[in-house]
Amino acid sequence: MSEALLEVKHLKQYFPIRGSFGKKLTLKAVDDVSFTVERGETLGLVGESGCGKTTVGRAILRLYEPTGGEVVFEGETVGKNNIAKMRRRMQMVFQDPYSSLDPRMTVEDIIGEPLDVHHLCANRKERRERVLELMATVGLNAEHARRYAHEFSGGQRQRIGIARALACEPSFIVCDEPVSALDVSIQAQVINMFEELQEKLGVAYLFIAHDLLVVRHISRRIAVMYLGRVVELADADELSDYPVHPYTQSLLSAVPIPDPDVTRARKRILLEGDVPSPLNLPTGCAFRTRCRYATEKCAEAYPDLEDRGGGHFVACWNK
Amino acid sequence: MSEHLLSVQDLHTSFFTDAGEVQAVNGVSFDLDPGQILGIVGESGSGKSVTAYSIMRILADTGRITGGRILYKGKDLAAYSEKEMRSFRGKCCSIIFQDPMTSLNPVFTIGNQLREAVLLHTDKRGREATDRVIELLELVGINEPEKRMKQYPFAHSGGMRQRVMIAMALACEPDILIADEPTTALDVTIQAQILELIQELQEKLGMAVILVTHDLGVIADMCDNVVVMYGGRICERGTAREIFYNPRHEYTKGLLRSIPGVNNMNKKLEPILGSPINMLNLPAGCAFCARCGAAMKICLNEVPEELAINDDHTAACWMNVRRMLEEGGAAV
Repeated sequence: MSEALLEVKHLKQYFPIRGSFGKKLTLKAVDDVSFTVERGETLGLVGESGCGKTTVGRAILRLYEPTGGEVVFEGETVGKNNIAKMRRRMQMVFQDPYSSLDPRMTVEDIIGEPLDVHHLCANRKERRERVLELMATVGLNAEHARRYAHEFSGGQRQRIGIARALACEPSFIVCDEPVSALDVSIQAQVINMFEELQEKLGVAYLFIAHDLLVVRHISRRIAVMYLGRVVELADADELSDYPVHPYTQSLLSAVPIPDPDVTRARKRILLEGDVPSPLNLPTGCAFRTRCRYATEKCAEAYPDLEDRGGGHFVACWNK
Repeated sequence: MSEHLLSVQDLHTSFFTDAGEVQAVNGVSFDLDPGQILGIVGESGSGKSVTAYSIMRILADTGRITGGRILYKGKDLAAYSEKEMRSFRGKCCSIIFQDPMTSLNPVFTIGNQLREAVLLHTDKRGREATDRVIELLELVGINEPEKRMKQYPFAHSGGMRQRVMIAMALACEPDILIADEPTTALDVTIQAQILELIQELQEKLGMAVILVTHDLGVIADMCDNVVVMYGGRICERGTAREIFYNPRHEYTKGLLRSIPGVNNMNKKLEPILGSPINMLNLPAGCAFCARCGAAMKICLNEVPEELAINDDHTAACWMNVRRMLEEGGAAV
């Protein structure tokens, strides 16, 4: 299966910001990002806060009007005119299961809303049956259909959010930090559910998270972002075992591994300083201010994302 | 019995709410020796933070220590007056909180806030106090401390603010530093910087550290000894290696199986079933019994005692009693 389900080409998302004294600034949240997602696969998207990973997810679904670039989904370019139709096949699961569900709607209505929007059910009986079927799919008790969101725990709410995303049988779901608000013991339940649903329904995910171990577990391939750009993209195991980009290397070395012998035997590659402001990006490679290998060339131009063999893409002058 | 730096004995802390008494901490005991890094791990609502707050006596208005003793160098903290407590905080024991964004006062400069701690707890005044502030900022790795101390918190990033919080906590060189989820709000690369800093300072100053976190990775990285809490009780305690490689409580085992680690990358995770415990309605027996795959009749009705597994390891699980009886029975 090599047919790309989703192609993101040179996606750009800039936000106008009014600085002090009314100065107009541009925040380049996403700058020239390209990748593909194949049918039924999971692409992990990792990076630190502010690197633009959530913006990428939202821009794909056109929750923002992209500044530039193109998103091709199932062979069709996503545009203003067809996005409403496209959203039947592309859905999203949000990070915060507390604020992403309407507190005044019952679970049945929350899950049923996409069915109404896309006119997928002929009558109320059919709709109810479909909702109950979806609730069973995500492991919710059918008796709870008339309850409100506040009556559920975090893990159960995330299940409601997933059932809502599944309602119109999408082939692609953007999962924006879907487990980071959950307790450790609940995370595994939801991760397993994502995996089972994929096996059963063949849905593809863009799995956005900052927890590298979780992303590595669920993804087939991983893209690493730094300040609006993808710096490395490779097969999950390849990326974890043989990271090439200096940022990926330090990111991986900084992840605490729940195994005392392993984690203490490792050498942390500490990065100096903080992430630069996205309003005032360094010239050339944005990572050069914290990079151990930075040379003059890095300040001059941004390195392109190039294939180093076997689908291992890296954007770095020195590697 | 040799004297411990800090000894918490059978601590009970409750919150009295409209819905009833919430027993957040239910008979927690542990000892802390100088130079030790003790990790307290558990999920939200397990009582790990409340234990830390009880030591500092900074509980919310509705909270009260209802039983047990906290001994600092052999002296009972319950006998301390509010005034004595105030000098205990900061001088003997300080705390850093999870959220560096909200724990600094936005309308005072960094230097001003650090100076306050120095003036309160030491007899340094004027230029001397300012020098101490600069020294502290240097200690926690902040560049250009003279410039930085004149800035307000908003001018600093999350990692920088957490450094300032650590500097403040260390102002009087306390014997104990309590770090309550110190890196949860930070990014991984910044987290690594802060953890490295805490480790470095601990070695340099020889203080004891209590690290409260839900992240088993951080625990594995940092701690000599680990206490695992669930539902306000300690399930298991031991050296980090014992806890990770020889877990003897069903909750610890479940927790380790349910997180992605090095060994289960391509295997399915084994989640802990059910949802976290409702602290208003604790079961009569083991707090974990409702979610435990190995629960027996006795687990529902009786709270398991902590049982020594070996010199470095105890666990409160009826499974260990059963195993012992079976082994004992076989021997007889």
